[in-house]
Amino acid sequence: MSDATGTIYTETVIYSSTEAFAADLPYQTAIVALDSGGRVTGRILGERVRIDDRVSRVEMRDGVPFFRKIP
Amino acid sequence: MRPVAVIGIGKTPFGAFPDRDLRSLAVEAGEKCLRNGNTAPAQVDAFFLGNFAGPSFAGQNHLAPYVSTALGIHGVPATRVEAACASSGSALFHAYNGVASGVYDSVLVVGVEKMTCQPTPRVTEILAGAGDCAGEIKAGSTFASLFAMIARRHMHQFGTTREHLAAVAVKNHANGALNPDAQMRKAITMEQAMAGRPIADPLNLYDCSLISDGAAAVLLAPAERAGEFTDKPVRVLGIAQASDFVALDQKPDITTFPALRRASAKAYQMAGVGPGDIQLAELHDCFTIAEIVAIEDLGFAARGEGGPFTLAGHTARTGSIPINTSGGLKSKGHPVGATGVAQICDLVLQMRCEAGARQVPRHSLALAQNLGGTGATCVVTILGTV
Repeated sequence: MSDATGTIYTETVIYSSTEAFAADLPYQTAIVALDSGGRVTGRILGERVRIDDRVSRVEMRDGVPFFRKIP
Repeated sequence: MRPVAVIGIGKTPFGAFPDRDLRSLAVEAGEKCLRNGNTAPAQVDAFFLGNFAGPSFAGQNHLAPYVSTALGIHGVPATRVEAACASSGSALFHAYNGVASGVYDSVLVVGVEKMTCQPTPRVTEILAGAGDCAGEIKAGSTFASLFAMIARRHMHQFGTTREHLAAVAVKNHANGALNPDAQMRKAITMEQAMAGRPIADPLNLYDCSLISDGAAAVLLAPAERAGEFTDKPVRVLGIAQASDFVALDQKPDITTFPALRRASAKAYQMAGVGPGDIQLAELHDCFTIAEIVAIEDLGFAARGEGGPFTLAGHTARTGSIPINTSGGLKSKGHPVGATGVAQICDLVLQMRCEAGARQVPRHSLALAQNLGGTGATCVVTILGTV
């Protein structure tokens, strides 16, 4: 099973952040249940996701996984 | 272990006080508490300070003796306890153990936080230090966003609605409007609570507690000696602290706080009571969803029923189990390190019939619940009138 794909366990769109992320506002974070087991907190690129949506990891930035919705 | 009583309470108003520093707030609460408990500084034989982030907010470390000596308490052990927003609840727990075990006869516990000296984005950053900075925080999470993800999942699993969340805010603001020490003394309507500026979906501004300055203090003594200091002692019937993962993504089920369940089970057992016996409670409503989850974890309502229970009015001042008659963190304010002890002060006011316009008729058995982070620390305290 892949650790690059998974299912949205929960998510939020953030409108108020620390200065480090202010340029990205608003942005979506999610806890993703990985197909390989375990969960990870990552960022969502592109289309907004909802609980139970399928996502795949498209890149890692400084140890943070970025996911995109699988159409 | 011997029975322990709260013999004195003291607190500052909560709010934004640009001309007050951390120490002056802590000293005001401590002095009021010692006076309230008819105790001189020289009689205190241990001092505990609950504080989350004084070094980050105010640049000051080594805070316990910094405050205790300013109170005229010299030579005795002075210890700071940090457990995020449960810092002073944890300080109280350790102070209780010191008195119950017979090591100390008079312990002063002060909780304090000075937050408004920093701009909001920096406050958000400091608070984020209570999460997993190598994981969820690095991904851009704020505390509001972590609780927003809890709310989102709770809505998904149980059908909790925006209206349920708003009902918590409306109720707590109605209570805070009657509390002269509250930071935000204004009632809000359901329409306002539903339409606040978005912070992290599904949470809006009215779902979030406040950024506050403030301090609170309690004085503990052996119950058998309480009558020497006060004619209105309140017994600590049960108190427990428990822990859990710091990172939200490590928890198997984020719609419940296992540390809360563990701490409350132990506190109920110590006190020999159950949730149905509790007459009023101060719960940790850092975000509206946190109060809903706490209502369920404490057994006041069934799992998934915390929202409807609140909307039906059961937790209002006139309800079967009044919750956060002080206004809660939402309206009273949330100087994080002060909150756990402030909850005890507010319950003791009710139990002494000194709560003024927000006084409730049934007040002989009360519960306080103080949460750190997204539930990595929880302290539950049960108080009873002697």
